[in-house]
Amino acid sequence: MTYRFDYSWIAEYWPVVLKGLVTTVELTLIGTLFGVALGIACAWTRSLGPRWLRPPVVAYVELIRNTPFLIQLFFIFFGLPSLGVQMTEFQAAVLAMVINLGAYSGEIIRAGIEATPRGQFEAGASLAMTRFETFRHVVLIPALQRIWPALSSQIVIVMLGSAVVSQIAAEDITFAANFIQSRTFRAFESYFLTTGLYLLLALALRQALRGVGKMLFPRRAAR
Amino acid sequence: MMTFTLWDILRNLLLAARWTVVLSLVSFIGGGLLGMALLYLRIGKARAGRMFVLGYVELFQGTPLLMQLFLAFFGLGLFGIDVPAWLAAGLALILWTAAFLVEIWRGCVESVARGQWEASASLGMGYVQQMRYVILPQAVRVAVPPTVGFSVQVVKGTALTSIIGFVELSKAGTVVTNATFEPFTVYGLVALIYFALCWPLSKSSQILERKLNVAHRNH
Amino acid sequence: MSLIAITEVKKRFGDVEVLKGINLDVERGEVVAIIGKSGSGKSTLLRCVNGLEMIDDGSIMVAGAQLINDDLHLKALRLKVGMIFQQFNLFPHLSAGRNVMLSQMVVKKTPAGEAEAMARRMLERVGLGHKFDAYPDQLSGGQQQRVAIARALSMQPMALLCDEITSALDPELVNEVLAVVKELAADGMTLMMVTHEMRFAREVCDRVVFMHQGRVHEIGPPEEVFGNPRTPELRQFLGAQLVV
Repeated sequence: MTYRFDYSWIAEYWPVVLKGLVTTVELTLIGTLFGVALGIACAWTRSLGPRWLRPPVVAYVELIRNTPFLIQLFFIFFGLPSLGVQMTEFQAAVLAMVINLGAYSGEIIRAGIEATPRGQFEAGASLAMTRFETFRHVVLIPALQRIWPALSSQIVIVMLGSAVVSQIAAEDITFAANFIQSRTFRAFESYFLTTGLYLLLALALRQALRGVGKMLFPRRAAR
Repeated sequence: MMTFTLWDILRNLLLAARWTVVLSLVSFIGGGLLGMALLYLRIGKARAGRMFVLGYVELFQGTPLLMQLFLAFFGLGLFGIDVPAWLAAGLALILWTAAFLVEIWRGCVESVARGQWEASASLGMGYVQQMRYVILPQAVRVAVPPTVGFSVQVVKGTALTSIIGFVELSKAGTVVTNATFEPFTVYGLVALIYFALCWPLSKSSQILERKLNVAHRNH
Repeated sequence: MSLIAITEVKKRFGDVEVLKGINLDVERGEVVAIIGKSGSGKSTLLRCVNGLEMIDDGSIMVAGAQLINDDLHLKALRLKVGMIFQQFNLFPHLSAGRNVMLSQMVVKKTPAGEAEAMARRMLERVGLGHKFDAYPDQLSGGQQQRVAIARALSMQPMALLCDEITSALDPELVNEVLAVVKELAADGMTLMMVTHEMRFAREVCDRVVFMHQGRVHEIGPPEEVFGNPRTPELRQFLGAQLVV
């Protein structure tokens, strides 16, 4: 192979990469926070909430889980403005991630809630707690603890999936890679390097989530 | 300027959806075959083989599929060939699919109770015989629902190949949007077509899993 | 010469020494019961004899052949010694008949017709000839355990190892399994069984081994072990049993 790898562009373009990294991390943090909150709300509705609210939640979850994230993103960014909703690339990207993670984490958390021993609900009721109070104080934390590994994997998947927000020109890591390759024509090198960055980010995120899990759940859950 | 009826839009999208289906099938079947080869190494006795698959899975599950597509596209280009988008798309999706299937299947093999290994060992079976007659037949039954479930991820994954220029459903959506200036309708329809492809797979995966759980309770 | 000769066998799991030098010879046709508290090492000893656990020291000989940890020796050993497990461990994807046929065909390369004839004979012997086509999940625990016995017998072993084979059964199903074992004993099969069924041990066994803290603490004919326990540990153990 006569191809010569050339990384001389790094000196000039590393600030672009850094900016992309910051954006990807921001997207992931905000998307995770609100996405999991939305997921908890969906899980509560589906397993314990009012019956009339369940069909719309089911429809939302099924629709999101059975369509590509890219199309959800395009629909939000290109489609919604025709209804008069305007937003920046970053806002659209965050919204898409929240909606996406909300549906997936909702299903994961629901499994955690449904694995709760019946005695926990009965104990809550016998202490004169309402159903919601029992959920809030007795059921939720152990349920999250049960599914924390699955939820963590899903958060990593969403972070990696966020690479496509570059397609609506949100300036994340992939956007930086596209930008650099269009300026330097060193396509393979720029994607190779940024792929490595994603790999490190995925490993770091997994470690961070493990740490958060240890912090949130210092004790073992009831089985 | 030309006007498009809803039917015009839908027809164009459906025509392109054929390529989504073809690419999904190729990726799933190719990924499945590669996944089986990797599984053989992953649960085998050779340490080097296990380590290789571990690294492979880490690499492909730890990086964005979009980046893998770019690398396949530009990486193949390094060999001096003019890379058609379908080749890079197929290659990347096959490698990516295999990385997920091998982990799913490994879990299924490990879910077979330890007593099954011991009973078959006590009857004098060797490793290959245990695998062939006792462990794999049981693992396969457990593996069907999650494997069908993962096929949904493959179909959705093909959407990313539009970004490297493969013309399938998503790419057609962008093209039609640019021609009609009706993104809401077009992307809405695109989403519905994906849903029509994926939802039956999701649903059958759920049903299969429920059946399996019922069957298991009887043991 | 003894059929099974266990000499100075030691086994440790991590820091815990589970077997601290076991000596035990089992003669051809002998029925030996191993009793003791959980954690005394009795199941581990049985599993060592079948090569499911590897010993750290000492030796185990079966019919003059040494137990060595490689595929060839293990296979040879396991053709001589069958094992029945507490949890039955039938293959759930195969019918009762197929369960009994499988190892004959893949290990001994017996032709299907012969293997099937053998399977039918063995199922008949445990009283389940009519269940040839039933799947494990259609059988009661007692029936499953009897199929497991037929499966082990079909390999024509010289000895059977029974690891608490009635412990997972509902009380009303225990007797049908014990009846089968009793018949095997009467037919002259060599048996080494870990059991909690003291009455059965007393009636059927030639010798009883009491294990305590990884050692053979007392050994002798059942009348002696049950009727005249010499050590306080055995007395205490027997006192804790509900039925003797």
